[in-house]
Formats: sequence, C-alpha cells, structure tokens
Amino acid sequence: MISSLKEMPREAGETGGMAGSGAGSQLLEVAMGPHHPSTHGVFRMDVQLEGERVVRLKPVFGYLHRNHEQIAEKTSYLGSMPYTDRLDYLCSMSNNWAYALTVEKLTGLQPPERAEYIRVIMAELTRVQNHAGLIGFLLQDMGASGTPLMYAFREREKILDLFEWVSGARMMCNYMRFGGVRVDLPEGWVEGALAFVERAPRFLDEYEGLLRNSEIVMARTQGVGLLPAELAVNAGVTGPMLRASGVNYDLRKVDRYGVYDRFSFRVPLGEKGDVYDRYMMRLLEMRESVSILAQALRDLPGGPILDPKSKLRGLRPKAGEVYGRIEAPKGELGFYLISDGSTNPYRYRVRPPSLINLTVLEDMCLDRSVADVVVILGSVDIVLGEVDR
Amino acid sequence: MTPEQIRSEIEAAIPGCSVEVAPNGAVPGQASLAVDRLHALEAAWFLRRHPGLLLDFCSNVAGVDWLDREISEKVKVRKLVDGVEQEAEETRKSKIPGRLEAVYHLFSIEKKQGPVILRVRTENRSDRVEIPSLTPVWRSAEFQEREIFDLYGIVFTGHPDLRRLLMWEGFTDHPMRKDYVPPPEDDGPQDPRGAVGKEAAAG
Amino acid sequence: MEQDLKAELQKHGVFTTTFEELYNWGRKNSVWPLTFGLACCAIEMIATTMARYDLARFGAEVFRASPRQADLIIVSGTVTKKMAPQVVRLYNQMPEPKYVIAMGACAISGGPFRDGYNVLKGIDRYIPVDVHIPGCPPRPEALIDAFMALQRKIAGQQLTGGARARHLKPETPSEYPVPEHGEHGLEPTLNAEVWNPLRVIQ
Repeated sequence: MISSLKEMPREAGETGGMAGSGAGSQLLEVAMGPHHPSTHGVFRMDVQLEGERVVRLKPVFGYLHRNHEQIAEKTSYLGSMPYTDRLDYLCSMSNNWAYALTVEKLTGLQPPERAEYIRVIMAELTRVQNHAGLIGFLLQDMGASGTPLMYAFREREKILDLFEWVSGARMMCNYMRFGGVRVDLPEGWVEGALAFVERAPRFLDEYEGLLRNSEIVMARTQGVGLLPAELAVNAGVTGPMLRASGVNYDLRKVDRYGVYDRFSFRVPLGEKGDVYDRYMMRLLEMRESVSILAQALRDLPGGPILDPKSKLRGLRPKAGEVYGRIEAPKGELGFYLISDGSTNPYRYRVRPPSLINLTVLEDMCLDRSVADVVVILGSVDIVLGEVDR
Repeated sequence: MTPEQIRSEIEAAIPGCSVEVAPNGAVPGQASLAVDRLHALEAAWFLRRHPGLLLDFCSNVAGVDWLDREISEKVKVRKLVDGVEQEAEETRKSKIPGRLEAVYHLFSIEKKQGPVILRVRTENRSDRVEIPSLTPVWRSAEFQEREIFDLYGIVFTGHPDLRRLLMWEGFTDHPMRKDYVPPPEDDGPQDPRGAVGKEAAAG
Repeated sequence: MEQDLKAELQKHGVFTTTFEELYNWGRKNSVWPLTFGLACCAIEMIATTMARYDLARFGAEVFRASPRQADLIIVSGTVTKKMAPQVVRLYNQMPEPKYVIAMGACAISGGPFRDGYNVLKGIDRYIPVDVHIPGCPPRPEALIDAFMALQRKIAGQQLTGGARARHLKPETPSEYPVPEHGEHGLEPTLNAEVWNPLRVIQ
C-alpha cells in the first residue's frame, strides 16, 4: 500500500551523490501491513524506501491489543490462567508455566517433583513445535512455499495430539496450576511421548537437510540482519535471538528454575548474529530440547502433582509484588504482579519477549532491501498475541 | 548487594539524590529502590556502570497507577484522662496522594545477577506526570515506555520517539488507569448482559 | 425439473442439470479464501490447510493475499477496534460474490476479550456474516464443517427471482461504511443495517 511520495529532504551541503542517484531523489513510503502475508499476523511496518533500500522503518503495533492486562486485573488469579494461553498462542504451555511460577513465587508454593518434571516436558515439547513452525514460516517467507511448513505442521500435529491427550485442548491447554499441574498424565501418555522423542531426531535430520545447504537460503540469510551483541543486550533482546549474537544467556541455566539443573544440555551460540545464525540456533535448540525430553521422560518420578497447600479458587496472596520469568521459546517471558491482598492482582504485567525483540528491527533492516525486511522479521519470531497483548 | 547498600552508594555518588527503599510484603520480598525523578537518569547510569552490579539488561518496564488512598491506622497514645495518664487507642487517618509509577526490573547479563528494581514516581496523577526517560541508558525501555505513555499517560522526558504504541493516534484516554471508564456501547435491547437480559435470566 | 424424475433419469445414465446448479457447483468447489489471519484462530486456519486436515479436498487451498482475488474472508481471531476499519476495508475491496466466515468466539462476539476497551464485540456489527463457528479456537474440523455449510449455502443460492442471492440484487450494497477511529472508540459503534443484535432464547 503506497501511501505517499515525498520529495527527498536534501541536507545542507549535500551534492546529491546518493547511492543510485538520479532516480533516487524521491522517497517512497510503504505501509507493510497490517494485512500482509509476511507479517505473521496483524503487524505493520511503516517503511521509507529509496528505491529498494530501506532508509527508515517504524513498526506500528496495537492491531491485536486485546487488553489482556486490564482484563487480568479485573479477574481472579486463577481466572487469568486461560488468558495466558492466548498470549503467545503457539506456546500456551510455556505461558502457563511462567504465570504459575510467578504466582508460586508470590505465595511461596512449591510444586511437587513430578509436576516439575511434567512442566519441563511440556515446555520442551512446546519449544520443539514453536521452533519447527518458525523455521517453516521463515523458509516460506524466502519462497520455499509449502514444503517446510508442511513438514513442521506434520510434527506439530503429533505434539498437539500429546497436548490434547493430557489437557483436552490442542492449542489452549490451560494445564498448569499454582503449585503443580491440573491433571496427571493419562495412561500411555509417557509411552506416546517417548515414541515421539525417538522419532524426533529423524525428523530433525530431515528438516535440517531439507534446505540448510541450499544456496538460495544461504544467499538470503548469511550476513543479512546483523545484530551486534552489545546492541542486543542494550535493547533487551532475549532468547534465541540474543544467543545467535553470541551472548550466553539462557534462563534455564541462569535462573535454574524448575528442575532444569538436573538435565545435561548445551546452549548453542551464534557468532555473527545474522539471520542464518538465528535459523541455525532454532535447529540446534530443537535437538537440545529433544535430549532434555528424553532425560525427563526417563527420570519422571511418581507422586502427587499438586502442592497440598495450593489454593486455586479465592487465592489471596499477601500484599507485595513479584517478578517471575522463564525462558520461553521466544525469549524471556516475565510476569510482574502486584498484590494488594485481594483476590485480584492490583497490577498484572506481561513482559513480552516478542515486543522487546522488535526494538532492534529497524537497526537490522536499515540499508537492506524490502525482500530482506521480510526475512529479517521472520527470523525475529513474533506472535502478535504476545506483542500487543 | 542489598537494596540498602545500593541506596547508600547511589546517595554517596550522586549529590542531592534521594532514594527510598520501598518494602515488599511478598514471600521472596525483594525491596525496590524508589529514586527521585530529578536524579533518576543519573542513578540509572550509575547502576549500569557500577562495577559490582553492571546492570546492563533492563528487562521489564511496567507502569502502575496508584489512586488516592486513605489509610487509617490505630495508634496507641498516652492521654491524660481525669488527671491520670492512660493508654488509649486512636484512629488516625492519613491521605496518600495518588501517583503514577514506572517500575524497571534490571538484570546483569554480564554477572548473571538480578533483579534490582527501580521505581520512578510522578508527582501526581493529573498534570505533573513527567519523569525522565531511561531509554538513553537501556534501549529496551523504548517501546515499553511508549506503552506506559499510551496506557497510563506518564510523559517520559527525553524519550526519542514518544508516541502512542498500542492505541491509535487521536485516542485521548489512558485506558489502563484504574479510574478509566470505557464509553458505553450499544449492545442492543436484548443483550444478555444488559438490563433486559438480566431480567430474562432472573425469571 | 422434479427431483424424482431427475433421480429416475440418473438411474438410466441420463444426467440432467440446470444452469443454476452447474454454476453453483462450480462456485462452491473453487472458493478462494483471503490470506488473512488475525489471532490464535489463524493458526488453526493454517493447520486446516496443512497435510492432516487438507482443506484442498474442498477446493479451497488457493489462499490469496489480495482481496481483489478472493471470494471468502475468514475473520479468524479477535477484531480489535484498531483493526476493525481495515477488516471492513478488505471486505469492501473483495469482488462480489463474497462470503464471510466469523471464526471463533472473538470474531462472533468478542469472546473472552469482550470486556476489553480495544476489542470489537463481533465483526457482524460492520459486515454481514454468512457462517459463524463457535470455539476458542475452533478445531480444524469445525472450520471444515463451516466450510461445508458455506458450500451448501452457495449451492442453494438462486440466481433469478425474488429470492435470488444477495449479490444479485441491485439494491443491496457490496460495500459498507468503514468505521473511523474516534477519541474514545470507533465511530459509529455499529452499522444498524447489518447488525442483528443478540437475542435471548427462552
């Protein structure tokens, strides 16, 4: 959607020696989105172009601002749990966990061991399907239309079957509770999950081999969308994007929440922080997740699944505040709660990794072409439900 | 470092800066530092560069709206009743004026520590709502401060691009404030939540 | 032609049809939806087009990114007040005949987010909806079911006479007014010509 043509403002003393001069005397303003197939939802970028070259890019948010925070402040603590499913709607299990963890910190509940293991299993399954889906969308944005996404959704359906088996819903699981999980694993579930984990490396090999060595993918991704480590840290970028820039910061290792300290897994790190690194980061993280899954399913202890002190309805935490965070597939997902002693949180705030990872979008896209913007945005991994909340 | 230590270091390093340690009644109970708004930017730079803290990662910026509150507390006072000193209880009412607040959760990626919680408060909720932007220190605050400006109406001075983030330009309210009332919408005469619908549900 | 006679002829290997049936048969099996995802439901919409559920079996795998090439808009997700004008504009840009599926509780009524200050309480306040799918989000099977309901609706549309399809009547509009962003919300809050208010069913 071309909104306007503008005369390029000439700086004083400039002799017109711009790249591609002559025709380059006009700036083109393009609004990419909110309806655009490559924006992964209803995201909009106001791009200013000089020819094909991006000279300014301003993201515009709010097209999916569903007032999650305000609704949560008018609801009981437990009543917000199903809303967290709909934040990052690809990863409802991780969102549940982050919220449950925060309320547990606020009230001092301690989930039993079995619940902690189940949470790890659910979170890592979520990570696998999120990353697989993301790579599918990213390759689709580069023009590999259909095939990678079909592969990803084929595996995703298997994981969703596991989620549905345990929680009753494919996407909106609403599974975690303060101090544990809602129901125990049904009979045969562990075997089903193990069968998935056993087959997963074959899928990952297939998925990686599909296009990893493609010349086109390399040309479109290597050296594109560079994000220096210093900028990434300052801009609060987290998750695979931060690690692709070479910063070793994984909350599963730093905070050691849950029972992550009991598993041996590696944290992959990138070197350059380009789109290729971010793409490879997800492929490698999926392998580590599968390894964690195998360990967790092997060591899964028996016992109760909910802290006996847990009070779900009519929960009234003492007045105070707490910030809890986990390593969600997209980055640091945090919840900030202020309790005033009543049944509703006084302040309920979500720290959305997708939104804050977009802070650096303009820096990564400047001087690149429009086609690169699409790929760079694809590599950030955003879900608009979380960006706008 | 405890919040009290950080407070004394900030106050020693920045003359005139007053820091209040705000208590926290939750179970982990980490206290936060309320910095006065005139020196907030300096204090932020200090925290970021402090070699023992190196708070290079500003994770979360949240706006909070505190309404005017009236607190009544019972105080024991000694009174002279009929010439004899007696202990009596008296209820004292104190008014806490409302204010808006921006809360920053700071971590250190370098040292893998955190959080240190920083609070910057406005003078009131109506006309004096300016506080300095900390975006020059941590760029991650850029969008989050815009969001707070949008939803709470805190004006961050020194912010590079202070526009509404989520609502459209031309929207005049600050909908996350506690006293926000959305405009009435016509749900039709037979809306089950409306008057007619409630009647139908009752009988 | 009478249906009994038609069935009898078919037994003898004689197939008869009317121009209306043939035309609708072609239309219902080549619906091109708009590539238009709003929220969570969009993911289930994508899942519907993927290998397991395979919407292509119903002739609707050709998702088009441009409204000018699409016949069906699946409003898949929460319509916010910020997004509502764009949704109406996309609908207006689609050529006739065009159909609307409101997918999920949010698109129908605002769903769980109904109380939000930025959430539109149902897209049927501004554009006419042909099929509603309840659910949060509806399963892919539900979308397929809605799709088959739409196919039945298309197959049953008359091309002539007083009861002919909406898009063939010259007096029905093919474009609806686009709401505008006001100081406190959308203006107007609904289009009374389109909207059917909620009814209490005793």
